[in-house]
Amino acid sequence: MSRTRICEAADEAVVGIADGSTVLVSGFGLAGMPFDLIEALIRQGATDLTIVSNNAGNGEVGLAALLQAGRVRRVICSFPRQSDSYVFDGLYRAGKIELEVVPQGTLAERIRAGGAGIGAFFCPTGVGTSLAAGKETRDIDGRTYVLEYPIRGDAALIAAHRADEMGNLIYRKTARNFGPVMATAADTVIVQVGEIVPRGGLDPEAVVTPSIYVDRVVRTSARRLAARGAR
Amino acid sequence: MTVEHLHRGPLSADEIAQVVARDIPAGSYVNLGIGQPTKVADHLDPTAGIVLHTENGMLGMGPAAVGDDIDTDLTNAGKVPVTERPGAAYFHHADSFAMMRGGHLDVCVLGAFQVSHHGDLANWQTDAADAIPAVGGAMDLAIGARETLVMMTLFAKDGSAKLVPSCTYPLTGLACVSRVYTELAMFQVGPAGAAVIETWGTSFAELAASLAIPLRRD
Repeated sequence: MSRTRICEAADEAVVGIADGSTVLVSGFGLAGMPFDLIEALIRQGATDLTIVSNNAGNGEVGLAALLQAGRVRRVICSFPRQSDSYVFDGLYRAGKIELEVVPQGTLAERIRAGGAGIGAFFCPTGVGTSLAAGKETRDIDGRTYVLEYPIRGDAALIAAHRADEMGNLIYRKTARNFGPVMATAADTVIVQVGEIVPRGGLDPEAVVTPSIYVDRVVRTSARRLAARGAR
Repeated sequence: MTVEHLHRGPLSADEIAQVVARDIPAGSYVNLGIGQPTKVADHLDPTAGIVLHTENGMLGMGPAAVGDDIDTDLTNAGKVPVTERPGAAYFHHADSFAMMRGGHLDVCVLGAFQVSHHGDLANWQTDAADAIPAVGGAMDLAIGARETLVMMTLFAKDGSAKLVPSCTYPLTGLACVSRVYTELAMFQVGPAGAAVIETWGTSFAELAASLAIPLRRD
């Protein structure tokens, strides 16, 4: 019996995410986006959310659908503006959503720090730019660094490729992206996968996210992008 | 000494990419930015053992995928479906950016709005009033790779020079660019200012007259 709970449906997996939560959402564009968990979160009704993700939604699917449903107060991301980010663009220009832009590597490292118990770290990215304005800096061995603080979530919604019944995870190609760091940095880590195999069914040498990080797993049908009209 | 190619016109965008590719050492690990820099891949010598990095977690990226090879789980930084080369490796985002910041990546090639003659880079945001800020991996790449090359036109659509005494657009990184490749010339930039290495369809003297920065002929 594993501590990780295997859920029957995505709706069961997102129970308990409260209004005002910070939610980490995996994905780079549509690759690695936990579509089924986001749709379940929309049905669940949590609102006033802070979303931490690389992008701010594409088209009207996934994260964009959550934004469109009016559930998001604030987005922390590296790259909101894309050719098909019109849902976010509209909300932002109407003053209906707050935005914190973070350099992509700093975003990943702040989440990593959040999951690794690091109190803050000095990072060379952004020195001398508007994104470092007002932040503490320090010169170390002749180079200037900016002090960056960790990011943690109340919940993380992650798409992985395959889990075992323990909750160990493997990912597929570049859909891995933010999944492994986000899985370490939230109080409740919720994962959708295309397949769940029995305990012992994953090569321990190949496990990317060990089960200790994973709270809930649900199997959803993989590869539904085309059916959703996403490009 | 500046090499002046006077018996031809300026380089086309493809030819700029070709010159950048020529200057990338064999065996390098290279990140090509979104847009024009992507073209450099078409001109790399396939026998040179150059490995392409994509910020979203892959080394050994191959060309864009077509037809049945399109896989929504395998894209480049521009979210375009791509392919993998034999020997490819996948990793998560924190590792991907540690490769940059940690000085493991040999070269990155980026586009730019402006570069200062001391190598400051502005490539992530214009000063347009309604622009939505979006930085992506530009700041990490600019200061992370051991060598940051810029590919751009030398003049903006309004005729203003893009190689400038000091950037007026929001900065991406300070003193991070080492070379600038344009249709008219290739410049070395840095703490000592700008040197003209090679020109196409123009002379050193003409360049010196059209830019507001001091130029050297190293």
